[in-house]
Amino acid sequence: MTTTAPAVERSAPTMRASQTDAQGYPTEPRARWVRRAPLVPAFVFMIVVTQLPFVATLVISFFRWSAFRPDDRGFAGFSNYVEVFVDADLRASVLTTIVLTVSVVLLSLVFGLGVALLLNRRFFGRGLVRTMIIAPFLVVPVAAALLFKHAIYNPTFGLINGVLGWFGLEGVDWITQFPLGSIIFQLVWQWTPFMTLILLAGLQSRDHEVLEAAGLDGASSWQMFVFMTLPHMRRYLELAGLLGAIYIVQNFDAVFTITSGSLGTANLPYTIYQTLFTAQNYGLASAQGVLVVIGTIIVSTFALRSVSSLLKEEASR
Amino acid sequence: MTAVAAAPRTRRVRAASAPGRTRESRGTRLGLGLAAWAVGLLFVLPLVWMVLTSFHSETDAASPSPQVFAPLTLEGYRSFFGAESGANPWPTLINSLWAAGVSTLVVILLAVPAAYALSVKPVRKWSDVMFFFLSTKFLPAVAGLMPLYLIAGRLQILDNIWFLLIIYAAMNLPIAVWMLRSFLVDIPPALFEAASLDGAGLMTTLRSIILPIISPGVAATALICFIFAWNEMLFARVLTGVTAGTAPVFLTGFVTSQGQFLAQVCAAATIVSLPVLIAGFAAQDKLVQGLSMGAVK
Repeated sequence: MTTTAPAVERSAPTMRASQTDAQGYPTEPRARWVRRAPLVPAFVFMIVVTQLPFVATLVISFFRWSAFRPDDRGFAGFSNYVEVFVDADLRASVLTTIVLTVSVVLLSLVFGLGVALLLNRRFFGRGLVRTMIIAPFLVVPVAAALLFKHAIYNPTFGLINGVLGWFGLEGVDWITQFPLGSIIFQLVWQWTPFMTLILLAGLQSRDHEVLEAAGLDGASSWQMFVFMTLPHMRRYLELAGLLGAIYIVQNFDAVFTITSGSLGTANLPYTIYQTLFTAQNYGLASAQGVLVVIGTIIVSTFALRSVSSLLKEEASR
Repeated sequence: MTAVAAAPRTRRVRAASAPGRTRESRGTRLGLGLAAWAVGLLFVLPLVWMVLTSFHSETDAASPSPQVFAPLTLEGYRSFFGAESGANPWPTLINSLWAAGVSTLVVILLAVPAAYALSVKPVRKWSDVMFFFLSTKFLPAVAGLMPLYLIAGRLQILDNIWFLLIIYAAMNLPIAVWMLRSFLVDIPPALFEAASLDGAGLMTTLRSIILPIISPGVAATALICFIFAWNEMLFARVLTGVTAGTAPVFLTGFVTSQGQFLAQVCAAATIVSLPVLIAGFAAQDKLVQGLSMGAVK
């Protein structure tokens, strides 16, 4: 009886020695299924609810199928895909999605790092300030977008122009003048707290002894930030950026609420929603969906690699 | 050897801490503290404005000059709850509670055993399975929306809260599996060895060892899944209608009001956000771990 896990398994109370391989995994089919059993319900559930619809999307994308022309349904080959590629609106929405995602992620990362550095210090009322900063992330996204649209950006009753008016300044119609900027501003307000939380956890995991030693050796705080903090923070920045990007690429609520996709702000989720509901063109919407999935797979293969290094680090612990 | 190496190091730190603190002037410290306060107030300002406006009369709310000290009233809340318009938000709030609550329960029931099979007694390809779960979060949900809409139409379960609830469970399951696994790997293996020596089966181990230890983690996971399900709007808008509409769908009714009924809009936004704010602050300590899917602790 040793203390290693596989050894204990071999002496399982069934009294029948089950076989394990070098890594401690059971080799017997029955024992393997005993291990798999707790996983099966979740796994099957995910396959059925998330994977089968994608297969359906793939199939439908090769068909002519529109609710407005119910008699004209049939195999269409790649014609839906051709239509997607020649569609200028869709190309524009790809660009909008990229601009929206990259700017929101980068801006909230930069602000998030700044806020995290401020919060990482001791000062009076730190817990309260931390709570105040988290709060924007804990507002229902539609509610937050409504708040900004009506109570903050509105040219007549909005807070921004009202405050500008106190100083005798003339405000503008923010949403009409800066449609994409208005969406970005609202999303940065909402996502900076998310980045702050992850980056703050990163800052707190720094080795304080090493930092103090560097301070004693005469390193300036700027040198310490560039040569010690930033390299340490790299994986936290990557992780925060990656997770933020996953959510912001898919953003629908802010675009739908603030501009309803007008004035060049329609991103991919909004465009697919439009194709599906206004045009009721199922074949075309599917082809758009398939291309979005392919695009996402390309981007995420790259992104998954960085997550996988985090997981491997943990596994080797 | 290690003791020898550690000794001078600790002495050095103790020596360093005193000058390290005085190196920074009092002014800098005060200034940065004030800066943190200023940033905090700036972030919370839109929310303070939302709550304040929700307690103002529509006339004060619609004033071009912000009325900070206007008298408070419950007018906005009364009109939100349908005093004038007759539109009653209660069914949508109950639908949201139901969809978020039950889907979270389903997620936890599926995710706890799954996380166990991915950490404590792992299946051989556990990391592949983890990435399968993660990859479903990468796929844009909107691409799966259309077949789900067509399937629901065919099965006549459009505008059915149960269909929405199943989709929410699938959306949150990967997050819950990753998060719960990160709690499970922290349990010392010796505990499981002791349990199996005592002849405890899977269910006993789950009930008497794992659940008590990870129950704070399960609670945090549940709160985060609840928040995501409560917040969801796109699928709810597409797959529901009059009977199964959720609170965010009710909110979209205010999208086109051109800054009118500002107090009512703010009251609506406040009421609908309240459960999320409460859940979020309750899970505050574990929020990072949840939002980073367990990668950051």
